[in-house]
Amino acid sequence: MAEIIQEEKAGGKKKAKKHAPHIDMTPMVDLMCLLITFFMLTTAFSKAKIMEINLPEKLKDKTVEPPKISASRTHNLILGPNDKIYWYTGTVKPEDYNNLPPLTELDFSSGPNGVRQTMLERNRALFKKIDDFKNQVLTGKIVLPPDSVQKHISKMKTDDDTGPIVLIKAYKKATYGDFVNILDEMNICGIARYTFVEIAWYEEKMVETAAGIASTTTPAKK
Amino acid sequence: MPKIKLPTKSPHIDMTPMVDLFSVVLTFLMLTTTMRQPEPAPVDTPTSISEKTTPDANWMTLLLSKDDKVFLNFDNGPDTLLAFRPKILSEMGKRYNIEFTEAELNEFKKYPSSIGVPIMKMKEFLDSKDNKVRTAMQTGIPIDSTDNQLADWIFCTRTVNPNVQAQIKGDAKTGFEVVKRVLDIMADKNVFKFNLITTLEAVKINLAEIQK
Repeated sequence: MAEIIQEEKAGGKKKAKKHAPHIDMTPMVDLMCLLITFFMLTTAFSKAKIMEINLPEKLKDKTVEPPKISASRTHNLILGPNDKIYWYTGTVKPEDYNNLPPLTELDFSSGPNGVRQTMLERNRALFKKIDDFKNQVLTGKIVLPPDSVQKHISKMKTDDDTGPIVLIKAYKKATYGDFVNILDEMNICGIARYTFVEIAWYEEKMVETAAGIASTTTPAKK
Repeated sequence: MPKIKLPTKSPHIDMTPMVDLFSVVLTFLMLTTTMRQPEPAPVDTPTSISEKTTPDANWMTLLLSKDDKVFLNFDNGPDTLLAFRPKILSEMGKRYNIEFTEAELNEFKKYPSSIGVPIMKMKEFLDSKDNKVRTAMQTGIPIDSTDNQLADWIFCTRTVNPNVQAQIKGDAKTGFEVVKRVLDIMADKNVFKFNLITTLEAVKINLAEIQK
Protein backbone atom coordinates (compact mmCIF):
# COMPACT_ATOMS: atom_id res chain seq x y z
CA MET A 1 0.00 0.00 0.00
CA ALA A 2 2.63 2.41 1.13
CA GLU A 3 4.61 1.77 -2.02
CA ILE A 4 1.65 2.48 -4.26
CA ILE A 5 1.01 5.76 -2.60
CA GLN A 6 4.63 6.75 -2.98
CA GLU A 7 4.45 5.96 -6.62
CA GLU A 8 1.40 8.11 -7.05
CA LYS A 9 3.08 10.96 -5.27
CA ALA A 10 6.09 10.71 -7.45
CA GLY A 11 3.90 10.81 -10.52
CA GLY A 12 2.08 13.86 -9.29
CA LYS A 13 5.34 15.68 -8.70
CA LYS A 14 6.42 15.03 -12.21
CA LYS A 15 3.23 16.46 -13.59
CA ALA A 16 3.56 19.58 -11.50
CA LYS A 17 7.05 20.10 -12.86
CA LYS A 18 5.77 19.95 -16.40
CA HIS A 19 3.44 22.89 -16.01
CA ALA A 20 5.27 25.30 -13.79
CA PRO A 21 2.60 27.01 -11.71
CA HIS A 22 2.38 30.28 -13.51
CA ILE A 23 -0.54 32.42 -12.56
CA ASP A 24 -1.37 35.26 -14.86
CA MET A 25 -1.23 38.25 -12.58
CA THR A 26 -2.21 40.92 -15.10
CA PRO A 27 -5.83 41.29 -13.94
CA MET A 28 -4.66 41.48 -10.35
CA VAL A 29 -2.19 44.21 -11.23
CA ASP A 30 -4.93 46.04 -13.10
CA LEU A 31 -7.21 45.93 -10.13
CA MET A 32 -4.49 47.07 -7.76
CA CYS A 33 -3.61 49.94 -10.04
CA LEU A 34 -7.21 51.05 -9.93
CA LEU A 35 -7.39 50.82 -6.15
CA ILE A 36 -4.12 52.67 -5.68
CA THR A 37 -5.24 55.44 -7.99
CA PHE A 38 -8.52 55.68 -6.12
CA PHE A 39 -6.88 55.89 -2.73
CA MET A 40 -4.25 58.34 -3.85
CA LEU A 41 -6.81 60.67 -5.34
CA THR A 42 -9.16 60.52 -2.40
CA THR A 43 -6.39 61.16 0.13
CA ALA A 44 -5.10 64.13 -1.81
CA PHE A 45 -8.46 65.78 -2.30
CA SER A 46 -10.41 64.92 0.80
CA LYS A 47 -8.77 67.66 2.86
CA ALA A 48 -11.08 70.58 3.17
CA LYS A 49 -9.87 74.08 2.45
CA ILE A 50 -10.08 76.78 5.05
CA MET A 51 -10.21 80.54 5.08
CA GLU A 52 -8.93 82.26 8.16
CA ILE A 53 -10.71 85.19 9.72
CA ASN A 54 -10.06 87.23 12.81
CA LEU A 55 -12.97 88.96 14.41
CA PRO A 56 -12.50 92.12 16.44
CA GLU A 57 -12.49 91.47 20.13
CA LYS A 58 -15.60 92.33 22.00
CA LEU A 59 -15.16 95.41 24.09
CA LYS A 60 -16.28 94.37 27.52
CA ASP A 61 -15.55 97.80 28.88
CA LYS A 62 -18.07 100.13 27.26
CA THR A 63 -16.17 103.26 28.19
CA VAL A 64 -13.24 102.41 25.93
CA GLU A 65 -13.61 104.20 22.61
CA PRO A 66 -13.27 102.03 19.53
CA PRO A 67 -10.29 102.91 17.35
CA LYS A 68 -10.81 105.95 15.16
CA ILE A 69 -10.56 105.53 11.42
CA SER A 70 -10.77 108.19 8.77
CA ALA A 71 -14.23 108.47 7.27
CA SER A 72 -13.04 109.05 3.72
CA ARG A 73 -11.34 105.68 3.62
CA THR A 74 -14.18 103.83 5.28
CA HIS A 75 -16.42 101.73 3.10
CA ASN A 76 -19.37 99.93 4.57
CA LEU A 77 -20.59 96.79 2.89
CA ILE A 78 -23.83 95.51 4.29
CA LEU A 79 -24.94 92.04 3.32
CA GLY A 80 -28.61 92.21 2.53
CA PRO A 81 -31.31 89.69 1.67
CA ASN A 82 -31.31 87.82 -1.68
CA ASP A 83 -27.51 87.85 -2.08
CA LYS A 84 -27.38 91.63 -2.45
CA ILE A 85 -24.78 93.92 -0.95
CA TYR A 86 -25.58 97.46 0.07
CA TRP A 87 -22.73 99.88 0.11
CA TYR A 88 -22.02 103.35 1.37
CA THR A 89 -18.92 105.38 2.09
CA GLY A 90 -18.08 107.26 5.24
CA THR A 91 -19.83 107.05 8.54
CA VAL A 92 -23.37 107.68 9.65
CA LYS A 93 -24.20 108.87 13.11
CA PRO A 94 -27.28 107.66 14.94
CA GLU A 95 -28.43 111.27 15.33
CA ASP A 96 -29.21 111.74 11.66
CA TYR A 97 -31.44 108.72 11.35
CA ASN A 98 -34.12 110.86 9.72
CA ASN A 99 -31.74 111.76 6.97
CA LEU A 100 -29.88 108.57 6.14
CA PRO A 101 -27.65 108.45 3.07
CA PRO A 102 -28.85 106.27 0.19
CA LEU A 103 -27.24 102.90 -0.36
CA THR A 104 -25.79 101.57 -3.57
CA GLU A 105 -26.83 98.08 -4.48
CA LEU A 106 -24.10 95.65 -5.51
CA ASP A 107 -24.06 91.95 -6.27
CA PHE A 108 -21.51 89.15 -6.28
CA SER A 109 -20.99 89.15 -10.04
CA SER A 110 -17.76 90.33 -11.60
CA GLY A 111 -19.60 92.82 -13.82
CA PRO A 112 -19.79 96.59 -13.38
CA ASN A 113 -22.38 96.24 -10.64
CA GLY A 114 -20.33 93.67 -8.81
CA VAL A 115 -18.56 94.16 -5.55
CA ARG A 116 -15.28 93.03 -7.09
CA GLN A 117 -14.99 95.85 -9.61
CA THR A 118 -16.14 98.44 -7.11
CA MET A 119 -13.61 97.37 -4.53
CA LEU A 120 -10.80 96.91 -7.02
CA GLU A 121 -11.33 100.43 -8.28
CA ARG A 122 -10.75 101.73 -4.79
CA ASN A 123 -7.87 99.42 -4.09
CA ARG A 124 -6.17 99.72 -7.45
CA ALA A 125 -2.85 101.08 -6.20
CA LEU A 126 -2.22 98.27 -3.74
CA PHE A 127 -3.63 95.61 -6.02
CA LYS A 128 -1.33 96.71 -8.84
CA LYS A 129 1.63 96.72 -6.50
CA ILE A 130 0.90 93.17 -5.37
CA ASP A 131 0.23 92.02 -8.91
CA ASP A 132 3.49 93.52 -10.19
CA PHE A 133 5.34 91.87 -7.37
CA LYS A 134 3.77 88.51 -8.14
CA ASN A 135 4.65 88.88 -11.82
CA GLN A 136 8.23 89.71 -11.01
CA VAL A 137 8.45 86.62 -8.84
CA LEU A 138 6.92 84.49 -11.58
CA THR A 139 9.25 85.81 -14.30
CA GLY A 140 12.25 85.39 -12.03
CA LYS A 141 13.16 89.05 -11.66
CA ILE A 142 12.93 88.70 -7.92
CA VAL A 143 14.17 85.46 -6.48
CA LEU A 144 12.66 84.60 -3.15
CA PRO A 145 11.98 81.41 -1.26
CA PRO A 146 8.28 80.52 -1.61
CA ASP A 147 7.48 81.14 2.05
CA SER A 148 8.62 84.73 2.02
CA VAL A 149 6.46 85.66 -0.98
CA GLN A 150 3.35 85.53 1.19
CA LYS A 151 5.20 87.43 3.90
CA HIS A 152 6.14 90.17 1.45
CA ILE A 153 2.56 90.48 0.28
CA SER A 154 1.20 90.71 3.79
CA LYS A 155 3.86 93.33 4.61
CA MET A 156 2.75 95.34 1.58
CA LYS A 157 -0.77 95.13 2.93
CA THR A 158 0.15 96.32 6.41
CA ASP A 159 2.27 99.15 5.00
CA ASP A 160 -0.55 100.39 2.84
CA ASP A 161 -2.16 103.48 4.30
CA THR A 162 -4.22 104.89 1.46
CA GLY A 163 -6.41 101.97 0.47
CA PRO A 164 -9.94 101.42 1.64
CA ILE A 165 -10.93 100.22 5.07
CA VAL A 166 -13.85 97.92 4.60
CA LEU A 167 -16.36 97.29 7.33
CA ILE A 168 -18.50 94.27 6.62
CA LYS A 169 -21.87 94.13 8.25
CA ALA A 170 -24.68 91.70 7.85
CA TYR A 171 -28.39 92.28 7.87
CA LYS A 172 -30.21 89.44 9.60
CA LYS A 173 -31.66 88.06 6.35
CA ALA A 174 -28.23 87.46 4.86
CA THR A 175 -26.83 83.96 4.50
CA TYR A 176 -23.62 82.31 5.58
CA GLY A 177 -22.69 81.91 1.92
CA ASP A 178 -22.79 85.69 1.45
CA PHE A 179 -20.55 86.12 4.46
CA VAL A 180 -17.93 83.74 3.09
CA ASN A 181 -18.25 85.21 -0.40
CA ILE A 182 -17.64 88.76 0.76
CA LEU A 183 -14.57 87.73 2.73
CA ASP A 184 -13.39 85.88 -0.33
CA GLU A 185 -13.90 88.99 -2.47
CA MET A 186 -11.77 90.93 0.02
CA ASN A 187 -9.00 88.38 -0.48
CA ILE A 188 -9.38 88.47 -4.25
CA CYS A 189 -9.23 92.27 -4.34
CA GLY A 190 -6.27 92.28 -1.99
CA ILE A 191 -7.97 94.63 0.46
CA ALA A 192 -5.50 95.26 3.25
CA ARG A 193 -7.92 96.25 5.99
CA TYR A 194 -11.29 94.70 6.39
CA THR A 195 -13.19 93.46 9.34
CA PHE A 196 -16.57 92.20 10.31
CA VAL A 197 -18.51 94.41 12.66
CA GLU A 198 -21.93 94.35 14.14
CA ILE A 199 -24.65 96.14 12.22
CA ALA A 200 -26.16 99.25 13.80
CA TRP A 201 -29.91 99.71 13.99
CA TYR A 202 -29.86 102.72 11.66
CA GLU A 203 -27.96 100.68 9.11
CA GLU A 204 -30.59 97.96 9.32
CA LYS A 205 -33.11 100.68 8.62
CA MET A 206 -31.12 101.85 5.62
CA VAL A 207 -31.08 98.34 4.20
CA GLU A 208 -34.79 97.95 4.79
CA THR A 209 -35.48 101.18 2.92
CA ALA A 210 -33.21 100.20 0.07
CA ALA A 211 -34.58 96.68 -0.23
CA GLY A 212 -38.18 97.72 0.35
CA ILE A 213 -38.85 95.61 3.43
CA ALA A 214 -41.17 96.70 6.20
CA SER A 215 -39.12 98.14 9.00
CA THR A 216 -38.61 95.98 12.05
CA THR A 217 -36.09 98.08 13.90
CA THR A 218 -36.77 100.87 16.32
CA PRO A 219 -34.43 103.75 17.00
CA ALA A 220 -34.93 103.23 20.73
CA LYS A 221 -32.65 100.21 20.55
CA LYS A 222 -29.27 101.80 20.63
CA MET B 1 25.39 29.65 -41.62
CA PRO B 2 23.22 28.49 -38.86
CA LYS B 3 20.34 30.70 -38.13
CA ILE B 4 20.18 32.16 -34.66
CA LYS B 5 17.20 30.64 -32.98
CA LEU B 6 14.84 33.28 -31.81
CA PRO B 7 12.80 32.44 -28.75
CA THR B 8 9.38 31.43 -29.90
CA LYS B 9 7.78 31.93 -26.51
CA SER B 10 5.88 35.15 -25.98
CA PRO B 11 7.79 37.48 -23.65
CA HIS B 12 6.49 36.74 -20.24
CA ILE B 13 7.21 39.30 -17.58
CA ASP B 14 7.20 38.11 -14.05
CA MET B 15 4.81 40.42 -12.30
CA THR B 16 5.28 39.10 -8.81
CA PRO B 17 7.58 41.91 -7.59
CA MET B 18 5.23 44.45 -9.09
CA VAL B 19 2.30 42.89 -7.28
CA ASP B 20 4.33 42.88 -4.07
CA LEU B 21 5.10 46.54 -4.40
CA PHE B 22 1.52 47.38 -5.24
CA SER B 23 0.27 45.49 -2.24
CA VAL B 24 2.55 47.44 0.03
CA VAL B 25 1.50 50.78 -1.42
CA LEU B 26 -2.15 49.77 -1.31
CA THR B 27 -1.96 48.67 2.30
CA PHE B 28 -0.19 51.88 3.23
CA LEU B 29 -2.78 54.04 1.49
CA MET B 30 -5.67 52.09 2.96
CA LEU B 31 -4.33 52.44 6.46
CA THR B 32 -3.50 56.12 6.19
CA THR B 33 -6.70 57.35 4.56
CA THR B 34 -9.27 58.78 6.84
CA MET B 35 -12.57 58.03 5.32
CA ARG B 36 -14.84 60.98 5.21
CA GLN B 37 -17.60 60.39 7.69
CA PRO B 38 -21.15 61.18 6.75
CA GLU B 39 -22.27 64.34 8.49
CA PRO B 40 -25.57 64.36 10.37
CA ALA B 41 -26.82 67.04 8.02
CA PRO B 42 -25.86 67.55 4.40
CA VAL B 43 -23.79 70.70 4.10
CA ASP B 44 -22.90 72.43 0.88
CA THR B 45 -19.97 74.66 1.75
CA PRO B 46 -19.45 77.98 -0.02
CA THR B 47 -16.50 78.47 -2.35
CA SER B 48 -13.40 80.57 -1.88
CA ILE B 49 -9.94 81.02 -3.36
CA SER B 50 -8.17 79.93 -0.19
CA GLU B 51 -5.79 77.05 -0.63
CA LYS B 52 -4.96 76.40 2.99
CA THR B 53 -6.00 73.01 4.27
CA THR B 54 -7.55 72.09 7.56
CA PRO B 55 -5.24 71.17 10.42
CA ASP B 56 -4.88 67.45 11.19
CA ALA B 57 -5.41 67.80 14.90
CA ASN B 58 -6.50 70.26 17.55
CA TRP B 59 -9.65 71.37 15.84
CA MET B 60 -13.26 71.75 16.75
CA THR B 61 -15.71 72.07 13.96
CA LEU B 62 -19.06 73.73 14.24
CA LEU B 63 -21.41 72.43 11.65
CA LEU B 64 -24.23 74.81 10.78
CA SER B 65 -26.90 73.12 8.75
CA LYS B 66 -29.41 74.65 6.39
CA ASP B 67 -32.24 74.28 8.91
CA ASP B 68 -30.30 76.29 11.51
CA LYS B 69 -29.15 73.36 13.62
CA VAL B 70 -25.73 73.43 15.21
CA PHE B 71 -23.55 70.36 15.46
CA LEU B 72 -20.15 70.05 17.04
CA ASN B 73 -17.23 67.81 16.39
CA PHE B 74 -13.71 67.71 17.78
CA ASP B 75 -10.73 65.44 17.45
CA ASN B 76 -8.91 63.20 19.87
CA GLY B 77 -5.77 65.29 19.73
CA PRO B 78 -2.54 64.81 17.78
CA ASP B 79 -2.14 61.45 19.48
CA THR B 80 -5.16 59.23 20.03
CA LEU B 81 -3.72 58.30 23.41
CA LEU B 82 -4.50 61.82 24.55
CA ALA B 83 -8.18 60.93 24.14
CA PHE B 84 -9.55 64.44 24.30
CA ARG B 85 -13.05 63.45 23.30
CA PRO B 86 -13.97 61.35 26.36
CA LYS B 87 -12.30 63.94 28.60
CA ILE B 88 -14.42 66.70 27.11
CA LEU B 89 -17.54 64.61 27.52
CA SER B 90 -16.88 63.80 31.16
CA GLU B 91 -16.12 67.48 31.77
CA MET B 92 -19.47 68.29 30.20
CA GLY B 93 -21.08 65.59 32.35
CA LYS B 94 -19.70 67.21 35.48
CA ARG B 95 -21.29 70.53 34.56
CA TYR B 96 -24.68 68.93 34.03
CA ASN B 97 -24.40 66.30 36.79
CA ILE B 98 -24.45 63.38 34.41
CA GLU B 99 -22.22 60.43 35.11
CA PHE B 100 -21.00 58.69 31.99
CA THR B 101 -19.86 55.08 32.17
CA GLU B 102 -16.58 53.84 30.77
CA ALA B 103 -18.38 52.19 27.86
CA GLU B 104 -20.21 55.37 27.01
CA LEU B 105 -17.03 57.42 27.08
CA ASN B 106 -15.38 54.87 24.85
CA GLU B 107 -18.31 54.97 22.47
CA PHE B 108 -18.04 58.75 22.36
CA LYS B 109 -14.31 58.53 21.71
CA LYS B 110 -14.88 56.40 18.66
CA TYR B 111 -17.96 58.19 17.35
CA PRO B 112 -16.68 59.52 14.05
CA SER B 113 -19.12 62.23 13.11
CA SER B 114 -20.49 65.49 14.41
CA ILE B 115 -22.88 65.42 17.32
CA GLY B 116 -25.95 67.51 17.74
CA VAL B 117 -27.55 65.93 20.77
CA PRO B 118 -28.68 67.88 23.82
CA ILE B 119 -26.54 66.77 26.76
CA MET B 120 -29.54 65.36 28.64
CA LYS B 121 -30.06 62.87 25.84
CA MET B 122 -26.40 62.09 25.38
CA LYS B 123 -26.50 58.97 27.56
CA GLU B 124 -29.43 57.57 25.63
CA PHE B 125 -27.71 58.50 22.37
CA LEU B 126 -24.50 56.68 23.23
CA ASP B 127 -26.32 53.62 24.56
CA SER B 128 -28.47 53.10 21.50
CA LYS B 129 -26.81 51.06 18.83
CA ASP B 130 -29.31 51.69 16.07
CA ASN B 131 -28.20 54.31 13.58
CA LYS B 132 -31.75 55.38 12.78
CA VAL B 133 -32.52 56.07 16.42
CA ARG B 134 -29.32 58.06 16.67
CA THR B 135 -30.06 60.14 13.61
CA ALA B 136 -33.49 60.95 14.98
CA MET B 137 -31.89 62.20 18.18
CA GLN B 138 -29.60 64.64 16.38
CA THR B 139 -31.72 67.72 16.93
CA GLY B 140 -28.83 70.14 17.19
CA ILE B 141 -27.04 71.56 20.20
CA PRO B 142 -29.19 74.13 22.04
CA ILE B 143 -27.87 77.67 21.64
CA ASP B 144 -30.62 79.69 23.34
CA SER B 145 -29.54 82.08 26.02
CA THR B 146 -31.59 80.07 28.54
CA ASP B 147 -30.01 76.76 27.63
CA ASN B 148 -26.68 77.59 26.08
CA GLN B 149 -25.05 74.19 25.86
CA LEU B 150 -22.84 75.19 22.95
CA ALA B 151 -21.02 77.69 25.17
CA ASP B 152 -20.39 74.92 27.70
CA TRP B 153 -19.14 72.58 25.01
CA ILE B 154 -16.73 75.24 23.77
CA PHE B 155 -15.62 76.00 27.29
CA CYS B 156 -14.99 72.31 28.07
CA THR B 157 -13.19 71.75 24.79
CA ARG B 158 -10.91 74.67 25.46
CA THR B 159 -10.27 73.56 29.02
CA VAL B 160 -9.26 70.09 27.92
CA ASN B 161 -7.38 71.18 24.82
CA PRO B 162 -6.13 74.79 25.02
CA ASN B 163 -4.62 74.63 21.52
CA VAL B 164 -7.91 73.95 19.85
CA GLN B 165 -8.71 75.88 16.68
CA ALA B 166 -12.29 76.72 15.89
CA GLN B 167 -13.59 75.87 12.47
CA ILE B 168 -16.95 76.73 11.03
CA LYS B 169 -18.49 74.57 8.38
CA GLY B 170 -21.72 76.02 7.22
CA ASP B 171 -24.10 75.54 4.38
CA ALA B 172 -24.13 78.44 1.92
CA LYS B 173 -27.85 78.82 2.61
CA THR B 174 -27.63 78.92 6.39
CA GLY B 175 -29.30 82.06 7.67
CA PHE B 176 -27.03 84.66 9.14
CA GLU B 177 -28.94 84.90 12.41
CA VAL B 178 -27.70 81.52 13.58
CA VAL B 179 -24.18 82.30 12.36
CA LYS B 180 -24.26 85.56 14.30
CA ARG B 181 -25.47 83.76 17.39
CA VAL B 182 -22.68 81.21 17.15
CA LEU B 183 -20.05 83.92 16.57
CA ASP B 184 -21.38 85.78 19.61
CA ILE B 185 -21.17 82.68 21.78
CA MET B 186 -17.62 82.11 20.61
CA ALA B 187 -16.69 85.73 21.25
CA ASP B 188 -18.07 85.39 24.78
CA LYS B 189 -15.70 82.48 25.26
CA ASN B 190 -12.82 84.56 23.84
CA VAL B 191 -12.58 82.77 20.53
CA PHE B 192 -11.96 85.36 17.85
CA LYS B 193 -10.01 83.41 15.30
CA PHE B 194 -11.87 81.12 13.00
CA ASN B 195 -11.25 78.91 10.07
CA LEU B 196 -14.13 78.87 7.66
CA ILE B 197 -14.28 75.63 5.76
CA THR B 198 -14.80 76.25 2.07
CA THR B 199 -14.47 74.55 -1.26
CA LEU B 200 -11.69 75.69 -3.53
CA GLU B 201 -12.66 77.69 -6.57
CA ALA B 202 -9.97 79.43 -8.56
CA VAL B 203 -10.68 82.98 -9.63
CA LYS B 204 -8.56 84.90 -12.04
CA ILE B 205 -8.73 88.64 -12.34
CA ASN B 206 -7.63 90.38 -15.43
CA LEU B 207 -5.83 93.51 -14.36
CA ALA B 208 -5.88 95.04 -17.83
CA GLU B 209 -9.62 94.68 -17.95
CA ILE B 210 -10.05 96.40 -14.61
CA GLN B 211 -7.86 99.31 -15.54
CA LYS B 212 -9.99 100.19 -18.53
